[in-house]
Amino acid sequence: MHEYSIVEALLENVQEHVDRARARSVRKLVVSVGERAGLDTVLFRRAFETFRERTPCEHAELDVIDVPVRWECARCGRGAAGPLAPCACGGRAKLVSGDDIVLERIEMEVG
Amino acid sequence: MCVECGCGDVEIVSVEAHDRLLAKNDAVARHNREHFAEHGVLALNIMGSPGSGKTALLEATARAATGWRLAGVSGDLATDRDAVRLTQSGIDARSITTGTACHLDAKMIHEALHEFPHLPEIFFVENVGNLVCPAIYDLGQAANVVLLSVTEGEDKPLKYPVMFQHADLVLITKMDLLRALPEVSVRAMRSAIASVNPVPPVLEVSARTGEGLDAWIDWLRLRRANAVREEAVS
Repeated sequence: MHEYSIVEALLENVQEHVDRARARSVRKLVVSVGERAGLDTVLFRRAFETFRERTPCEHAELDVIDVPVRWECARCGRGAAGPLAPCACGGRAKLVSGDDIVLERIEMEVG
Repeated sequence: MCVECGCGDVEIVSVEAHDRLLAKNDAVARHNREHFAEHGVLALNIMGSPGSGKTALLEATARAATGWRLAGVSGDLATDRDAVRLTQSGIDARSITTGTACHLDAKMIHEALHEFPHLPEIFFVENVGNLVCPAIYDLGQAANVVLLSVTEGEDKPLKYPVMFQHADLVLITKMDLLRALPEVSVRAMRSAIASVNPVPPVLEVSARTGEGLDAWIDWLRLRRANAVREEAVS
């Protein structure tokens, strides 16, 4: 259940944006979650619903974007099917996206 | 208030943030990694289910009398029992009691490191027993060691792929129990591990009998030599 820790990090991060913009509240958050980030998005949403009370996110909409994994050959950069499929050049596949959790966009009410 | 005309309407500000949520953890992890590198310490993150044999492996490592100074921290939700066991085996150990947290993070390791004025040659982080959450938190370790005991079943890597995808070494533990488990195939375990991550070496060990521990110690020796080289560079 590290989803709670991730929500904690999200709220902390959002607070910094709110302070900087002197916003009164947050209207919408867009968070991208990699397929291989090890985050259960259902639990993540549930944790967000629980912990956002009495924060600027209390009425915010949470938009979660799923990011599929993408592999590339570490040697020649061509797209690869996965870790078990070595490239024609003999290079090993490396993960280039789909393993991260990112606050992409935040919409705040200012004024 | 609206800045254009002062009409009192709320203005919507949209910020393209692109902030990685683990960025703060990763920054502390980088700091820990530099600290380990400067002192030539090999730091290892030991992960696995509760009961996979993490503490027993470290006790057996201490018994192997390699001549290395060993230290470490044990993470558990409650009690300091693992740290007590490690201390009794000769490892300079402290406990990190996480309360409700299911994993260790870089800040916990950073704070714990302040309790180790004399750094060892190998520093073990015995993570909270959990095959999910600890995998995504970088602590500043040089390598992740994931334990999978023969009693856990062959398909655990398929059910918990993220943990095995983060492994730099996989240890199949409790090999001495294999004879009581005729339905368990080590070959099937190896194939399940390879199907989610073909890269890490897989060693078969028994902390109780000492089977396979030589290969584990050899792996430690190799990684330890890398740590010493990094110290020279830094």
